[in-house]
Amino acid sequence: MHSPSATAAASATPSADRQPVHPGWLRACHWINALAVLVLVTSGWRIYNASPFFPFEIPNGITLGGWLGGAIQWHFAAMWLLVANGLVYLALNIVSGRLFRKFFPLSASGLWHDAMAALQGKLSHADPRQYNHVQRLAYLFVMLDTLLLVLSGLVLWKSVQFPVLRELLGGYEFSRRIHFVAMAALVAFVGVHLVMVALVPRTLISMLSGRAGQKP
Amino acid sequence: MNPLQRPTLQTVDAEAALAEARRLIGRKIAQPARRAFLTRSLTLGGLSLLTGCGVSDHEGVEAALGAISRFNDKVQGFIFDPAQLAPTYPASMITQPFPFNAYYGEDEVREVDEASYRLEVTGLVADKRRWTLPELRAMEQHDQITRHICVEGWSAIGHWGGVRFADFLRRVGADTSAKYVGFKCADDYFTSIDMPTALHPQTLLALTYAGQPLPPKYGFPMKLRMPTKLGYKNPKHIQAIFVTNTNPGGYWEDQGYNWFGGS
Repeated sequence: MHSPSATAAASATPSADRQPVHPGWLRACHWINALAVLVLVTSGWRIYNASPFFPFEIPNGITLGGWLGGAIQWHFAAMWLLVANGLVYLALNIVSGRLFRKFFPLSASGLWHDAMAALQGKLSHADPRQYNHVQRLAYLFVMLDTLLLVLSGLVLWKSVQFPVLRELLGGYEFSRRIHFVAMAALVAFVGVHLVMVALVPRTLISMLSGRAGQKP
Repeated sequence: MNPLQRPTLQTVDAEAALAEARRLIGRKIAQPARRAFLTRSLTLGGLSLLTGCGVSDHEGVEAALGAISRFNDKVQGFIFDPAQLAPTYPASMITQPFPFNAYYGEDEVREVDEASYRLEVTGLVADKRRWTLPELRAMEQHDQITRHICVEGWSAIGHWGGVRFADFLRRVGADTSAKYVGFKCADDYFTSIDMPTALHPQTLLALTYAGQPLPPKYGFPMKLRMPTKLGYKNPKHIQAIFVTNTNPGGYWEDQGYNWFGGS
């Protein structure tokens, strides 16, 4: 029998309670990443509008850059922020052991249990230090999705220089679709993420200050 | 003014609105440092909202983005492997019809007269004599079926033929240790490329399309065809070629498109 992560919580000792919910480096990485993603997504929409391959365009009013050249400048500036910050995040996450502590184990039965509990409104948020299985899957998914965005972006930026990567992703034109769909998945994640923050607002406090915040 | 219409944002006095907001915030915040920080950020964000200008219009932002774009030029020069070839395709994959693209419409395509045409070659080259088209056609010809990628994102596969640009540069005794090759065109377009790309084996001084002399819409009498560069780096209707160590910029590049502009 596995013990559902979210309910097995609440055992945090008083000394552990004084530890920040999220270490400082993680909070810094989170907000830098949020900025980079915001710039990349909104400028990317403008770039997509220059030659849409789906039967719709993104309203220019919510895009960044003002025109194609400006959008490209924003996109190719923020990409450095995303990649540098992403590498720091991955390195610290792996070296500190946080990646394996927080996101694993991940099991189908755990996912089922926590998803059902969430739908019935019975999911416990007693210990913000512990991610339930649905959260683990969502965060691991968005890490891999971001990696796919970087790799497909690399094919679009340097279609000649990385032939193996280009062929793996189905060539230049297919990489454009991958890049777009991976963006859409990232935006969907952000949407769900923001709804969750709205439902449990103290998670925002802990991502800002590191403190656990008031329990309701 | 129509009383049923709400006043537009332009009628709001930006200065007065800011002063009011500063006064209100200042009252609420005791610490002077925090107050200063907040009022300053209010000025930046508030002004851009009130004037309807985006962050991109801010002069400092524009300068920073330009600096990063030039940094990206250096990184791309570093990544560029002169031996790495662009993929080639079978004739069955050629895009029909190959799209026309320029900074003007297809009805404004320039017609260049073949008989009086002379290609100018200047700058850091040993032989500055002018070239006629038959002289260029007499040089060794090469073919390629490659993908043309536009900065807008779309791409199309085409079939070009002509003189390897590296052969041409060596023939005119160009200083291949120079940094740039610039192009001036009959349609008033201009651009420039880095020397490693100029010497790339797939960089063609294209004289034909689909085995026929380049039609006017594809850049008669010649176009520089580089499968390693985006479309705007591939000049058409070339009249003058010059080798230089001073970056000549380009029509689109000077407006903000990345100068390296390629793979």
